[in-house]
Parts: sequence; C-alpha cells; structure tokens
Amino acid sequence: MIDVTNPKIRVALQGLRLITAVLLSLLLFGCAEPTNHSRAAFVLMDISDSYAAERDQARRLTNYLLSQLDTGDSLAVGFIDNSSFTERNIVAQVTFDERPSVASQQKRVFQRRVTGFMENFQTPSYHSDITGGVLLARDYLEQVDAGEKHLFLLSDLHEDVPPRLERDMKLNLSDVQVVAINVKRQRSDNENPQEYEQRLASWEKRVEENGGRWAMVNNMERLEKRGVLR
Amino acid sequence: MFTDMLTIWSASPALSLAIWLVIIITLLYAGRPHAHQLLRSTGRAIHGTLRVASGSIRQLEERVIKRNNDVLLAQGREEAENAIEREFVRVNTIVERDLSQYPVLHRKLTETLDRIESDYHNSIENKPLPPAWQEVMDTIKNLPSSGDPAVANILENIKEVVENSHEQTLKAYQDDTNERHGILKSMRPEWRSLNQNMQKVQQTITGLEDSAKTIDRRMDEYESMRKGENKAVNALTSSSLTQFFISSLVLTIAAFGGIINFHLIAMPMAEMVGGNSYIGSMPTSDIAALVIIMVEITMGLFLLEALQVTKLFPVIRNLDDRMRKYMGIAALTILVIFAGIESSLAYMRDLLALDREALAGSLAGAEAAESQFRWIPSIGQMMLGFILPFALAFVGIPLESFMHSLRTVLGLVALGVLRTLRVTLRLIGGFSNHLSKMLVNLYDVFIMVPLSIERMVKSRLDARAPQQREPEVTEQAPEATEAKEGEKRKPGKAAKSQRRRKETDESELAEAELPLTTGEA
Repeated sequence: MIDVTNPKIRVALQGLRLITAVLLSLLLFGCAEPTNHSRAAFVLMDISDSYAAERDQARRLTNYLLSQLDTGDSLAVGFIDNSSFTERNIVAQVTFDERPSVASQQKRVFQRRVTGFMENFQTPSYHSDITGGVLLARDYLEQVDAGEKHLFLLSDLHEDVPPRLERDMKLNLSDVQVVAINVKRQRSDNENPQEYEQRLASWEKRVEENGGRWAMVNNMERLEKRGVLR
Repeated sequence: MFTDMLTIWSASPALSLAIWLVIIITLLYAGRPHAHQLLRSTGRAIHGTLRVASGSIRQLEERVIKRNNDVLLAQGREEAENAIEREFVRVNTIVERDLSQYPVLHRKLTETLDRIESDYHNSIENKPLPPAWQEVMDTIKNLPSSGDPAVANILENIKEVVENSHEQTLKAYQDDTNERHGILKSMRPEWRSLNQNMQKVQQTITGLEDSAKTIDRRMDEYESMRKGENKAVNALTSSSLTQFFISSLVLTIAAFGGIINFHLIAMPMAEMVGGNSYIGSMPTSDIAALVIIMVEITMGLFLLEALQVTKLFPVIRNLDDRMRKYMGIAALTILVIFAGIESSLAYMRDLLALDREALAGSLAGAEAAESQFRWIPSIGQMMLGFILPFALAFVGIPLESFMHSLRTVLGLVALGVLRTLRVTLRLIGGFSNHLSKMLVNLYDVFIMVPLSIERMVKSRLDARAPQQREPEVTEQAPEATEAKEGEKRKPGKAAKSQRRRKETDESELAEAELPLTTGEA
C-alpha cells in the first residue's frame, strides 16, 4: 500500500502527474492535422507585342515576391508567348531551402536569372496564349503543394491564341488566387472602354467558375497594402 | 385586436373603457387579499432566502479570513524565525571573530597600561633645584667690600665659583627635565595604541548591542505573531502586498528581458532546426528558442536552490551539502554552456541580418552601403546573448516572493468577492421585500374607489354600534394592565419583548389584513 502522506512519495506522484500531462499534451499536438504554412507564387508575364514594354513591372514584382517569400516557399517566373504551355516558358523556379542563409543565396541566383532573361529579351511574340500560361502555372502550383497558391498575371488580358492551339478547356484553379497586375488598356479600349471592362469581367468569371479567386491590382504599390502574400 | 377588445361593450370607446375599468377594479378588489398575500409572501421568501444565503457566505467569509490569517501568521513566523536565526549567527560570528581574541587584547591593554605607569613614575622623579643656592648667591653678592683688593679678589673668586656651580646645577636640572619630557613624549604612541584598542572594543560591543536590539525587536514581532494579534496580521498583510507588487514588477521586467532574449535567438534558430517546420501554429524555431530560454531559467532556479537562496523545491533543499554542491556546479555549467550558445546565436543573427539587409538592398536596386562601426552592434549582441541568461537565472528570487505573496493576494481577492456577493445578496433581498410592499400599496392605489367605499361603510357600521365595542375594551383592560406591570418589573426584557412584539405585530397586522374577504369588507 502506498503511503501518500510520505512527502517523497507525494512529490513523486506530483511529478508523475506532470509527466503524464506533458505526454498527453504532446500526443494531442501530434494528433492534430499539420497545417501547411508554405506559400507558392507563379509570375506570368506577357511578352506579346502589346505588352512586352511592361517587362520592368515583372522585374519589380519578382523582387517584391523575393523579399516577401521565406524559407520553404516556392516561386516561379514564366512568360506568355505564342504557345505558353511548355517547359521553355518557365524562366526560373525555386523552392527555398529551410535554412535562411541558403534561401538568401537561392534568392540571389533567382534574381540574376530573371534579370538575365529581361536583359536578353529581344523579340516580342505575335500571339499571346494566356490560357496556356495559366495552365502551366496551375500545374506548377499543384506540383509544389503549398498552403497558399498565388498566380500573378502581368498582361493586358487580351488573348490571341494561334488557330492551331486548342485552349477551350477547364482551368481548374481551385485554391489559387489569381491576381491580375497592371492590366494595360489597349488602343481599342480607348475607343470603346466597355471592351476593357468586358475583358476583365470575362476573365474574372472564368477564374471564379474554375474554382479560383480573382483580384486585380493595377498599381504595384497597392499590392503590399492589399496584404497579398502576408 | 386591442381595439376589438376595447369596443366589446359599446361602440363608444370611452364608455367601453369605463366598463372595462369597472370590471377590472371590481376583480382587483375581489382578489385583493390573495394578491396581497402573493406579493408579500414572494417578497418575504426572496428576502429570507437571500438572507440565509448571505449568512452562509458570511460564514464562508469568516473561514477564509481565518485561513488567510493562519497562512499569513505561519509565513510571518517562519520569516521571523529565519531572521532571528540570522541575527544569532551574526552575534556568533562577532563573538567568534572579535571576542575570541579578547585575552590577547586584554594582555595588550595591561602591558600598555604598565608601560604608561612606569613611564609616568619615571617622569615624576625630578630632582628639584636646591633653594639654598639662591641664598648663597645673594649673601655673597651683599658682602661688603672693605676696600682690600685681596678680600675683594677672594670674594670675586668665591662668587665666580658659586656662580659656576649654580650654572652647572641649573644645567643638570634642565637636562633632567628634558629627559622627563622625552619619557612623556615616548608615552604618546602607547596612548594612541591604547585608544585604538579601546575603539576596537567599543565597535565590537556596539555591533553586539545592535544585534541584541534587532533580536529583541524580532522577538517582540514573533511574540505578537504567536499570539495572533491584529497588529501583526495587518503588518504581515501589508508586507505581503508590497512583496506581491514588487515581485510582479520584477517579474514583468524579467519577462521583457525574456522577450528580448527570444528575439535575439529565434531567427538564427531557424538555421539549426529549419525555418519551415511548425508545431501547431508556431514555428519550431520559435519553440526551440523558447525552450532554450526556459531551460536557462530552470537552471537558474536549480542553481539558486542549490545555493539555498530560494526555497522552492523541497527535494533539492533536503539533499545533503555535497549533493547540493554538485547540483549547483552542474546547473552553473549548463547555464554557462547555454550562455555561450546564445552568444554565438546572437552573432549568427547579426550575420543573417546583414545578409538579409544586403539582399533587400539588391532587390530594391539600392547599392550596399559600407558601414564603419558595424562591429559595435555585433559585439553588443554577443555580450547581450551571454549576459541575459545569467540575468534571467535570478528570476527565481522574485518568483519565490511572488508565489508566497500570491497566496495572500488570492485570499484577499476571494474575501473581496465574497463580501461583494454578500452585500449584493442583502441588497437584492431588502429591495425585494420593499418592492413587494410597494406593489401592495400600488395595488391598493388602483382600487382606491372601492376601498374608500369600504371605509365609509365601516365607519357607519361603527357609528351605529358603539355600545357593543365598549365591553370589549373593558375586557381587554386587565390584560393591558398586566402587561404594563410586567414591563415595570423587567424593563430590559420588556423593551426587547416590546420591540419584538412590535415587529411581530407589524407582520401579523399585514398578515391579518390578508384573510380579509370581500364579504367582510
């Protein structure tokens, strides 16, 4: 029979209770479903005739994303041209290492690669296959399996798909936030502003019908204020 | 709906309303005794129930007060015992250190006094100048010179010889005096030594006297606590509250120190445990940093416990001296190792911050600026990383005070809550009682017309049969006389019973009115 009045036994019992409580807490922590805290972003820039001049916006956006993303996050930059659903359309992609120092090095390399692409760019594309680019980005975002998925679309949203390409399909953008940035107005939009609004509305509808969330930020400075990637 | 009901008796709303009023007042008048009974009994029931509840809380309050006092006095007694023990240890130290050398000091004093006495005796053995010399000189000087040159010459020679002898004697006297002065002069260091020794003795005795006074004061306090006097309880409560606020303040400062420490090591911790793993919603690196700080605090607690500065863990306190020493060394070693780790982490943090700064600059397109004195914050962070663990290690002292005083504070808070609850219950009970009385009166206000009629009828009936009431009064008279006599016999009891009777009469009067039926009215 245990003598509970003995101080040593009482202390031992208290210790046992404490250990049991700690173990139970750890067990509860372990049983809880792990939350995915990682983020993934895909920057899709249009290099067609009408938008190629806005390349600097893509560089600024990439730098902003590099400063916001941290260890374990993923980032990729791709471009929209005549046919966008190919691996060659990805300029750079990276998943940052768990160590902050290594992640910093990866960011430097990534930045150099994107800057190199911008500097070496010469000929704009004739067509702009936006759907192909979105499909490419969607595949990448699905592949990295992040908790938050963002697709940044730098384009005038004027799709001009070559006749040989079949792009009438579902995008399947579930859990992806599509952010249209710097949607430039075309000359025809000046003549008929309704066209511009219709274009935006059709893309918004298309994204939301495919399970995605739509946002539009025309000014880069507002991106931070809107709390994207926070 | 309301309009339909209103015009049920007549098309004219005024007439219909009047009919409704008559019906309602009649019904209210008919139900008056039961309504009064309902209102009063409800009011009394609430009042009684809450009074009983308040009484129970009062008892609980007294128990809490007693328990608080017991705890306070027990703590105070323990503190007083420790303080008295400390004072005795001090006295023992003084006695062992200073008074153990007292025989040596006594011998020194005796020797010094002997030497002084001997010197003093030597200094007073001074040979006085023979007074006859002056007379001889005067006699020779006054001798008449008879004109004989030989006699004059002889006298002159005698005078010279006498003067020479006088000078020699005077010189010898002066030399002797100088010698005595020299002896007296040599006494000065002895006096000084004596003075110093006496001062030492005085200091020792004064220290002992102070300790004795402190012990007396502590003993008085202890006695007061043992008797459980209110003065002691109040003093202990006040002291406990002061301790609580001071220790809370120090713990808050320590918490801020912990936060700074956390920020110093959380970022570089990501390099060690990875920046992308989470436990729950918290990054593992943050938890690792917190664990390091907690372990440091724990080691500090163990170290203070091993040094017997705090008394938080009876297990450590009950260990033998050798084991406690080993434990203290182990805790200190771990603390030093952790301080070293923190220092290096702080340096790594500085490097990472520099790297991030450079990266942010390059991303923003700005040129990296060369800073000349960048090493100063690096060294500062390293030092902070090394010192903060030791500073946090001392958190055990305020923690112990906080834990001890928390018991008193919680007791006082519980007491305050109980008192507030008791007062609230009493207020609600009293208010219910008065509200029921108010509602009874309000009820009568609604039916004042039939009540007035009732009063008029009553008065007429009374006026018609005055003769029937007189014998009743006469019958009641002897009882009243007896009561008066009884009151005269026991004035104190009578006053009490009168008061009680008055209260009972009031309630009975109220209750007596209750069974009044409409027929009786």
